[in-house]
Parts: sequence; C-alpha cells; structure tokens
Amino acid sequence: MRNAVWKWGAGTVAILLAIVIFLVPFTFIIFTAGKTQAESGALQFSLPTEWALWDNIVTVLQNRDFLLVRAFINSTVITVVSVAVMVVLAAMVGYVLQRRKSRWNPIVNGFVLAGLIIPPAVVPTIWVMQGIGIFKTIPGLIAVFIAFGLSFCILLFRAFVATIPRELDEAAIIDGAGPVKLFFGVIFPLLKPVIITVIVVQAVFVFNEFTYPLYFLPGEENATVQLTTFNYIAQAVSSYNLLFADVLLITIPPLIMYIIFQRQIVAGMTSGAVKG
Amino acid sequence: MTTATARGRTSTPPGTVAPAQPAKRRFMKSPYPTWFFIPAGVFYVVLFLVPTIASFYFSLTRWTLFNVTFIGFDNYVQFFQEPQLVTGFINTFIYAFVTSGAKVVLGLIFGVFLSSQIIGRGFLRATIFFPVLVSTIGVGILFKVLMDPFGGPINETLAVFGIQGPDWLTNPSIALLSVALVDIWKGVGLATLIYIAGMVAIPQDYFEASKVDGAGWWHTFRHITLPLLRPATITVVLLSLIGGLRSFDLIWAMTKGGPGFSSDVLASVIYKQYQGGFFGLSTAGNVVLFVVVAAIIFPLSWWLNRKGDEQ
Repeated sequence: MRNAVWKWGAGTVAILLAIVIFLVPFTFIIFTAGKTQAESGALQFSLPTEWALWDNIVTVLQNRDFLLVRAFINSTVITVVSVAVMVVLAAMVGYVLQRRKSRWNPIVNGFVLAGLIIPPAVVPTIWVMQGIGIFKTIPGLIAVFIAFGLSFCILLFRAFVATIPRELDEAAIIDGAGPVKLFFGVIFPLLKPVIITVIVVQAVFVFNEFTYPLYFLPGEENATVQLTTFNYIAQAVSSYNLLFADVLLITIPPLIMYIIFQRQIVAGMTSGAVKG
Repeated sequence: MTTATARGRTSTPPGTVAPAQPAKRRFMKSPYPTWFFIPAGVFYVVLFLVPTIASFYFSLTRWTLFNVTFIGFDNYVQFFQEPQLVTGFINTFIYAFVTSGAKVVLGLIFGVFLSSQIIGRGFLRATIFFPVLVSTIGVGILFKVLMDPFGGPINETLAVFGIQGPDWLTNPSIALLSVALVDIWKGVGLATLIYIAGMVAIPQDYFEASKVDGAGWWHTFRHITLPLLRPATITVVLLSLIGGLRSFDLIWAMTKGGPGFSSDVLASVIYKQYQGGFFGLSTAGNVVLFVVVAAIIFPLSWWLNRKGDEQ
C-alpha cells in the first residue's frame, strides 16, 4: 500500500517537476525561434501569435552568404575525420597497453591521465601550430581534437580489450597472423561495441565544442557551428528570433544522436563509475 | 619484474619441451608491437606535451606578436597583484566547489530516487540527462535571456508568486553563482546517471539482508547505499571538479566575465589576456590553472582511492 503511494505519488510529482525544470526552458527556444522579430524582442514566454519558424530558419541558413550551411559542413568534416582517426589510434594504444606489460606502460598510463586532467596550454599550442603551418586551418583543428581526445578513448579501449580472451590472439598467431593482421583482422572487429560508444560520445563532444575552434580556428571563412551564434549576439541584439533559430538548428544533431544511441552514450559517459 | 612476467608468458607451457625455434622468434618479436603507440604519440607529444612544457618558459616572458623577452616572474607577480586577476583566481575555486558539491548531492539524491520503484523512470532519466548533450553555448544563450532582469521569463514567473527575483546576471555579487546554477542544471544529469550505474552494481542481497535485520530506510542508506556508492562518488567528484576548474564556455556565453570582472575565472582571464595580445600573461594564467588543477586533483584522487582500499 505504501509502496503504491510512493510509486505513483512520487513518480507523478517528479515527472511534473522534471517537465517544468528541464523541458519548459527548451520550449522557450522553439517558441522564440517561431516568432517574428518584433514579437521575439519582448522576451515573453508565449506561443507565437503567428508562426514564422520556417522563414526564420531559411533566413538563418541564408544569412551572411550561407555562413551557417558552411559551418555545418565544416563541423561535420571536423567531427567525422577527428573521431575516425581518434578511434583507430586510441584502439591501437589501448590494445597494446592492456596486452603487453612493458616498461613503457607506466609512462603511457601517466600521459593518458595527464591528458584527461591537465588543461591544454592554449597560446603555446598556437605557437606550435604556427610553427608547422596548421594554425587557422581545418586540418589543424582536427589534429588538436585528436590530441586532446585520445586519453578518454584509450581508457575505454583498454578496459574493453581486457574482456577479450587472450586465447583468441594465440590462435591467430598460430595461424600465422602478424601483429598488424592480428590487430586489424581479429581484435579491431571485436571492439565494435566500445567503438560505437567512443564514436557517439566523442562526436557529440567535438560537435558541441566551442573553446577549441575559438582559439585554433578563428575567422569567419572557416566558422564552426558553435561560433555562428556569436554572430547574432555581436551583430543584432534585437533579432532574438534568428538567434534562437540558430540555437535550435545547432542543438538538433546531438539530440538525434542521443535518441538513436541512448544506450551507448550512457555507457560511455558513466564508464568508471562501477570499477574501483 | 615486468620482464620476468613477459618472459614467463612467452615460454609456456611449462613441462613440455617447446620447440626452440618459434619460441625464440616470438620472444624477439612480440605480437603486441610497441610502435602501435607511435601514431597516437605523435599527436599527443606535438600538440599537447610540447605546448605544456613550453608554457613554463613562455610564462616567464613578455610575449607579443612580434617578440619574446625573458622577464622572470613578473607575469606571476602581476597575476597576484592586479585585483581583477586575483578575482578570477578566487572565482575559479568558488565556481568549481559550488558546482561540484551541488552535483554530488543532487546527483546522489536523484540517482537513488530514480533507482527506486516509481512510474516514469525511463522518461525521468532521459529528461534529466539530455541537457548534458545540448551545446553549452546554446544553453548559455537560452538562460541569459531567461534570466534577463527586465521582463525575463524567470523573474516574470516568480513575480506571479509574489517573489521579487534577483538581478541574476547583472548583480556583481551573484552573477558567478547564477552561472554556476545553470552549470548545475546542465550537468546534474551526468552525475545522476553515474550514481544510477553505481546503484545497479550493488547486489540486491545487501538490501534484503538489511531489511531482514530490520534496518530502517535511513540506516540502509547511511550504512549500505552510501559506502557502496563510493566509486560513483569519486567519479562524480573528480569529473565535476576537473570540469569546474577549467570551465569557460558557459561563463563566456552568459556574462563574458562581467559585470566588471565579477564573474571572471582563470579560463576567461586566459582568453581575455590572449585577446589583448598579452601572450606571456595569458600563458602564466595557463600555468596557474595547470598548477591549481594538478594540486587539487592528483592528491584528491590518490586520497579517495587509497581510503577506499583500506576499508
């Protein structure tokens, strides 16, 4: 009896609170993005008197010579390439790190931890990038994402490789597989579950990242999506409808990822919670 | 010792006479080549390790677009003398500890609550988590408007209940805390999920045993749930502290460190000095942030994990 009260009563209260606290603010984005410029300026929390959502989206996409469209292309390229490279390189490291006990392991483990904890030194990084000629270039930003993202991926791969039985390696070696074939032919395909997790988590992270493009890829010709919002803030404070249409558009891709890959995202982000 | 184990593995099985030829070849060429570290290592060393080490030198220089002059510790002296820079330094700690503390407490409450038998658990978990995945800049812009002191929806709503809402982002003494509040709103879902994962890992036998022993709700929570959730707590504390100390984008989107310098943190000071062309001072800020993060996180994680082993 008490359980039933708890189950329904507390559940209902929690659902109502969650809607008010977490969902209502997001409806404000949609409402404001749907208003005309004059109406959006009042900052009222209300339904638009006439929906102009589509017009606003088209305007935002066309604005400044299709800046947002180009930003979407840039961000997609950066996300896909950096995550693909990260997955392969981090899997190689995590695999050898778990399988082979060598005197390099403590050093590599130390670097992995340092990469997770230490904030990157921004101006010296720009100095290095200028030295090798990749500052303000898309490949340069991709390389930065790879360098800063490797640690997290290596941890996930190392933990997963531990669950793959060694007998498999030995069988492949007896069959005459060399190290490269052993890894890419036998082990790498078995990593599929954790690869999906790493791809989804890192893709959301790279797509949402604001600070690294701000430092390492400034300038409008190579804008990334997160930086486009600042155009509206700097340029016209009164066009809240356009600003929020922009926010709405850049928010959608990660949410789609979440709806499709909910389980993998949760697994990746909570890894480490259970182990000691 | 490590070489001994490696050799022990390759020369198995013991007792049988292994053919000498393949054993020797295998020992010379491991199936797990060390060069697998190299491709990742190149990115890491060039773009992370070298800049980090170089930052120690550059923080001792007056560094502009045109030249680099060695000036000793002047940047650090300036860092701890100019009030606006000191504010940023102190705010970093306030911001990190407020957000981290709130995420631990709220995440624990929500995590335990969402592990109990209530309706709509899946919906609640998804709802509380999805702000984590939304762009920080988007959230910052959204709340900057919601918290607007003149007719912003939050204060309008409070006014309906007869409450005079504060000037969230324009009052210097609470601007930083307002941003921290939004940070908690955005990040508490992750803490909650980590605690839920921790709850799932606790064997049900413990709860049943304590029920049989007649322990009340509070006793069960205090003596069974809380200690067994320790790994989850460590994860939440470390993750949120690291994130909080380095936090930049939310603050930048909401206040740009203002009004005045009242909500500046180290990361925003670094960016402002960089924008101003004071590269040496900016790098000194980076080194200070590095030292702060390392001085808090390394001892804390060592202490937390060690205490866990003793129990």
